[in-house]
This record gives sequence, structure tokens and C-alpha cells, in this order.
Amino acid sequence: MIRFLLKGLLRDRNRSLMPILIVTAGVALTVLMFCYMTGVLGDMIETTANYSSGHVKMMTRAYAKNKAQVPNDLALLDVNDLLTKLHHNYPTMEFVQRINLGGLLDSPDKNRETKKQGIVAGIAVDLLSKNSKEIDRLNIRNSLRKGRFPKKPNEVLLSDEFADKLEVKPGGTVTLITSTMYGSMSIQNFVVAGTIDFGMQAMDRSGMIADISGIQNALDMNDACGEILGFLNSQNYDDIQAMNVEQTFNKKYSDEDDEFSPVMTRLKNESMMSDYFDYVDNIVGIIISIFIFSMSIVLWNTGLIGGLRRYGEVGVRLAIGEEKGHIYRSMIMESILIGIIGSFIGTIIGLGFSYWIQEVGINVGDILKNSKMMVPSVFRAKITTPAYYLGFIPGLFSIVLGTMLSGIGIYKRKTAQLFKELDT
Amino acid sequence: MEQNFLITINNLVKNFPIGGGEFTALNGINLTFNTGEFVGFVGPSGSGKTTLLNIIGSLDTPSEGSVNVLGREVGKLNTKKAAILRRQHLGFIFQTYNLLPVYSVYENVEFPLLLLKMNASERKKAVMDALVWVGLTDKIKSRPAQLSGGECQRVAVARAMVKKPKIVLADEPTANLDAANSHNILKMMLKLNEELKTTFIFATHDDKVIKYLKRKISLEDGKVIQDEIIKTNKEK
Repeated sequence: MIRFLLKGLLRDRNRSLMPILIVTAGVALTVLMFCYMTGVLGDMIETTANYSSGHVKMMTRAYAKNKAQVPNDLALLDVNDLLTKLHHNYPTMEFVQRINLGGLLDSPDKNRETKKQGIVAGIAVDLLSKNSKEIDRLNIRNSLRKGRFPKKPNEVLLSDEFADKLEVKPGGTVTLITSTMYGSMSIQNFVVAGTIDFGMQAMDRSGMIADISGIQNALDMNDACGEILGFLNSQNYDDIQAMNVEQTFNKKYSDEDDEFSPVMTRLKNESMMSDYFDYVDNIVGIIISIFIFSMSIVLWNTGLIGGLRRYGEVGVRLAIGEEKGHIYRSMIMESILIGIIGSFIGTIIGLGFSYWIQEVGINVGDILKNSKMMVPSVFRAKITTPAYYLGFIPGLFSIVLGTMLSGIGIYKRKTAQLFKELDT
Repeated sequence: MEQNFLITINNLVKNFPIGGGEFTALNGINLTFNTGEFVGFVGPSGSGKTTLLNIIGSLDTPSEGSVNVLGREVGKLNTKKAAILRRQHLGFIFQTYNLLPVYSVYENVEFPLLLLKMNASERKKAVMDALVWVGLTDKIKSRPAQLSGGECQRVAVARAMVKKPKIVLADEPTANLDAANSHNILKMMLKLNEELKTTFIFATHDDKVIKYLKRKISLEDGKVIQDEIIKTNKEK
């Protein structure tokens, strides 16, 4: 009997192929949507972490109060000693020094006179250490447009757009005009090793990346840095873990009465990030719920139509002597089979497209051209564990529910109407 | 001495709710049927013939009175037991054939036997026998869409007959057929009736069918107005 019903299912494309295609499409869209939302919103968090906040960030209390002004005169001192302690206390974490700086970047002509000038937003990171992960963390390995990566402390990378604006090419010299940690003027020449696309409009307008030792030298910040960023040993930000680190560190090293004592903040507590986290949680939840609900209605309707289409067939089967319960169960089994096949194929297709968007990304740089937000200009999907099973909710649950609801009609139907229905 | 009839109908009344009131489709029917009858309910539309056929077929239940089919009180059967009665002992033939379109001729005829959980070899023999009866052995792999109306109805007859039921109920079986096909189908049914002693009960107002009946029960306004045994030419 099962073979007989399966044969019918396979031959009747309106019963098998069409519902499977609809389920596949619905599930693929659900999975893709989920991965895309997770990727885009997660990217924004990780970008913020990688560029500015880390998963946790240490500054002096005074620096933290005025961090928007990048007050390097309030920087952390005895950094090497502090890093040793951090590595000892949190061995699974990675800590890196960062100096954010602002100033004027001067591009001289052949007579050493100013040719072009521009306000620079610079980040000093560890580019030269053998084990440094900063190039990958800032995602600039594949972003090099011209030249090469710095090999010496006095070499820098400029954003491609900024370099064009300053009319400087790799190998050319630029002069950084800023102030030292002690407040005196600093004028230092750097060689432009290469140009990059940051993929973030704010940085692409006036960004510069330099090795931290060169900037420490230029700003008179030996064994000092503006911030130490800490990264958890996990792919994604884990707020509970970060909170534990934050609490233990502050309890041990931070002194409320000493404004130069270090203080640690976690990513979620960075300005606006708490709201953003809540927003991300809510918006992902809402969008995915709406999408799953919509797909559920579509697939439910598919199940419903599938059931109603077979009203005549059900009538004949009842007349021949098949029990209502048997027909009902066989229809549900069919819908489970269709739901599983459709969900499986849909999940594979959805994951395939998601993987493509994860690897290649969607470039929205032109749209964000005038944006001041620090958001990635290439949106990428992210495949996470729920993506592997999420599609089965609308794919399997809804079509089975639709079939179950349409099948109730079998029980409500008066058998006596069969002749009339079947003969019309 | 009490005779054991195949079907016994006593004081059958069937009411249908219409609007606020009730419509009486059958009113005080008393009938008995024996094995091997070839009988038809005859009458105009609305006379109650299909309703009577439905109740005998355990597709509906009486409002009053009793209908006993093969020793079972139709009014007291639950849906499961009614389904078992239909599955084991009753065959149905519809006006519009109602074959399952995605299955072949062979599979359509096989379906009632699958419900009876008959083993494969017996099933195959029974299906082939049924197709021999109706003369469709050359069409076993065809789908209903590839058959003519007459062929479809022959498949429907084979489906109804394959399990060798005691009773076959046929509601206007020739209504969609031309004269030639109608006569062929009726001759075939008559032959099966004589060879297998299957009781055929028709609901019809088609003269072509009436000509073949051995017993004609005329209905009007839900009542039996005439119950007539028709003698064949040989008997006359």
C-alpha cells in the first residue's frame, strides 16, 4: 500500500514536484535571509570590535572619559608590564596595543613645499611583529590596491582614495603633523608603502594605518599606548565571557581614585553598542520571525491546496472502503516526506547562496559613499549552526500543518455526499 | 419460516434538514433483496433512488427504520465498520467513472485489493481475471486519460468487481456513455451477475439500463410505487 501511494505521489507532479519546489524555494529564502541578516549585523559588531573596541578594551580612566577626543596625553603607561599581566591572567585571549591619532598629513612636492594636505584619521597597530594578526583582523590583506605592506616602522598605508587626494604614490613621502603624548608638536616623515581600500567609507576618506612602533616613536609614546584591545578566543563576541573578564580585571587593577589606573570596558558597553546589540537581537528576531511566519502561510496554503485538490480522490478512496483515518494519515505522511525533501534541498540551496555571499559579498560601497558610519561596504552572509535547521520550521511544520487542517475536511465530510460530489 | 435475505429494508425513512424544516427523501420503504438479483431503482430526479442506494452502501444512515445489509444494521455501524463493509462486500460504480488518474488501468483495479491486504500473487490473478471479464487486458498499462469513456467505465466495473463483492451499487452508470457503449457495459454486468451471482443494484432513469433489469422498483416522492419482476423473453 505504501509503495502504491508513493507511486501516485511521484507520478502526480502537482502533488510532489510542485509542493517540493515551493517548499524548496521557501526554505532556501528563509535560510538565505537568516544567514544574510546574521552576517550583516554580526559583521558590523565584529568590524567595530576589530577596528576600535576589541571584545574588551583597556584605557586609563581619564582617557575613557574623553575617548571621543582621542586624548593620547592620557595614554596607558608601562604597557609591556600590563600586557605581561594580561597574558598571564587571561591566557586564551589575545591583547594588542592600539594608538588612534588625528592630525594633518602633508604631501610635499619635489621642492619639499606642501603640495596637498588633508586631515588624517590614523590607527597604529602592530604590523611588523612576526606573529601579529592585526593585518587579518583589520581585513586589509586582500585590500591592498597599490604598493606593498610596510616593512619598517616609518612606513604607512594610506587609503587609496586619500592617497589620490594627496597625490601621493607608493614610495612617496608624507609628513604627519600632530602632537606628542606630552603636548609638544610632532612632525614626522613617513614613506607610503602602499594604498588600501578599507571597505568602510569613513576610513576610506582619510584613513592611515601605521606600525605602532613608528607612531610610538613619532608621538613620544615609548612603552605607552592609547588603548589595549582584548579579543576572546571565539569567532563571535560572547558578552557573558567578556563581562567576566571585564569584572575580574577591574576588580584587580582598576582604582576609582586614580584617573591613570587602567579600566576595562567590554564591547557591549561601548557607546551606543548596548543599544545596537539590543537592536540587532530584536531586529534579527523580528525579521526572521516575520519571514518564517510568511513562509509558513505560503507553505501552509500549499498543503491546504494540495489537500483540497485531492477531494475527488479522497471520495473514491472512502467509497471503495478506505478508512478516513488511513487516508488522513497517508496524506500527512506524504506532506512530511515532501516537507523533509523540500526542506533538505532548500537548506542546501540556501546555504549554497549564503556561502557565496559569505565568500564574495555584496558590495554596497557606492550606496554608502557619503556615509560617516563605520560599516563594512561589502555585506557578507554568515553561516551559523541554526542555518542548518531553521528552514525546517516553515518547510516541514507548515506544510504538515496545512495538510492536517485541510485533511480535517475528510472527517467533517458526510460520506453520503460522495456520489453527488463525485458525479458532478 | 424466516428467509435470510441479502438486504432487508424495513420502514425506512430518510429526512434531510432543509432551511428550518425537513425534507423527507424516503418515506416508509420496505424491500428485500436476494443474492444474484439485477435490480434497479427507477424514477424521476428527486424520487429518492440515490439516497436509497447511499443507505444500502453504508454511505448514509436511516433517519427511521432499519436497513440490514449482509447481517449488519447500517444505522448502527460506526464509520470504521461501515468502511470495512464497503471494502469487503460492496462495489461502487459511478456515473463519471472516478478512476485515479495517476494510476494505470491495472493499478486502478488493484487498489481495492490493496485495501484488503491480499498478497501479491493472488492480487495479480484477481486483477487479471477482472480485466479479462471487461476485455481490457490489452490496456493494463494505459492511464485513464488514454482511454475512451466506455473503456473507463469498463475499468470502473473491473474495479468494483475485482474483489468479487456480494453487492455492486451503480448510480447512473451509463449516463455518460453513448448507446453502443451502454449496451456493452450492461451486457458485461449482466454476464458477471449470472456467472458470479453478484447482486447489482442500479439507480437510473435510463431506458437502456431499464431494459436489462430483472427487477424494477419504481420510486416516486420517496415511496415505492411499484416493485416488478421482469420476465426475460425466455421466461415469457
